[in-house]
Amino acid sequence: MSIASGPIEPAEALSAIRSGDTVMVGGFGLVGAPLTLIDALVDSSEADELTIVSNNIGEPGRGLGKLLRQGRIKRGVSSYFTSNPEAVAAVNAGEIEATLVPQGTFAEAIRAAGAGIAGFFTPVGAGTLLAEGKEERVIGGVPHVLEEPIRADVALVYAARSDELGNLWYRRTARNFNPLMATAARVTIAEVGEIVPTGELDPESIHTPHLYVDQLVLSR
Amino acid sequence: MTADVKTSIAARASQELQPGEIVNLGIGIPNLIPGLLGDDMNVFLQTENGLLGVGPRPGENERDPDLIDAAKQPVTALPGAAYFDSAQSFAMIRGGHVDVAVLGALQVSISGDIANWAVPGKDVLGVGGAMDLVVGARRVIVTMTATSSKGEPKVVAECTYPLTARSAADVVITELSVFRLRDGALVLTELLGDATVDDVRAVTGGPFDIDLEDRRAA
Repeated sequence: MSIASGPIEPAEALSAIRSGDTVMVGGFGLVGAPLTLIDALVDSSEADELTIVSNNIGEPGRGLGKLLRQGRIKRGVSSYFTSNPEAVAAVNAGEIEATLVPQGTFAEAIRAAGAGIAGFFTPVGAGTLLAEGKEERVIGGVPHVLEEPIRADVALVYAARSDELGNLWYRRTARNFNPLMATAARVTIAEVGEIVPTGELDPESIHTPHLYVDQLVLSR
Repeated sequence: MTADVKTSIAARASQELQPGEIVNLGIGIPNLIPGLLGDDMNVFLQTENGLLGVGPRPGENERDPDLIDAAKQPVTALPGAAYFDSAQSFAMIRGGHVDVAVLGALQVSISGDIANWAVPGKDVLGVGGAMDLVVGARRVIVTMTATSSKGEPKVVAECTYPLTARSAADVVITELSVFRLRDGALVLTELLGDATVDDVRAVTGGPFDIDLEDRRAA
């Protein structure tokens, strides 16, 4: 898809999210996280029983930490729940399920989903707690773990800049998981800091081509 | 653990780095290394959240909210730096393009197994990039105190904490000594400060070979 019209209101964009959906959320901690979209999800959406795929579940009362406090997260898929002690407490209390994934595997599994790859063998995690229940295979004398793709119903990403078509440009370390997540969901909603006229972004510097982006929302 | 002990471990670890190498530093002791490197070292620091060419910490008024390291602390980017997404960052790491990872550990076994992400009976909810780094980096240097805060050995016969990876440590540096992995086992190659072999034995949880002839001319 690409953008049919200009940016829309966050609440309208988030109507794509239904109860029980899997939602990917970009960012490393709060850097590169789509905070306007997260706030709208907290304030304007009633979808619950959500599976959240994000490197962290925000911080206490910040970012996805707000959604956690509302009790609307059923399951988290993440490499580092520990950055939000409230998420750790919720897991220990049995309020949310946790799937812990090594960070590189997390990134590659999202990339794989967006790239039509059904799985991959990685040496990371072999012989550890995080390989339990997964197929292991010795390749070239080295134990590997079969990892399956991680995909979502909706991806919420943040980019500093877009054009009217939805081509995205990320800034510095705010890029992180955003370009991967933009490829791996049925619907991708991009929150952007600014929208420039189509043609103004250098085609050689576009990080996410617009075909991955379904809706644009401006940061507040 | 005093700051002096941490700094002495970091200083010894910094001597393991070669000019021009690509280096990923973990939190804690490894993060002291940039302040200890000579100006001519010219190593390139990679941080797994998407930057090669990490520079010094910024001043209070020079912080950029879009520019952090993997510890989520503000950093700067040096001339020649490059930004990339997380999949590319870990492709660099897993693919063997990062020369050295320097990281802390809770336990290292005599066979080089590393446990550095979880404590038994506590939450196992944060692994981050630890497993990717110890498996993927070409050399893995563990920096840690010889004993835990409870006085228990951290170099052990077998890790009792959840494993990060098997046979992954190439060099283990404590305030007392340097061990190197040779033929699948840690060998004591250097004594630091006033430490004796008996001092090292007293805080090591398993038998080890000794080959002090490998001592570096530091």
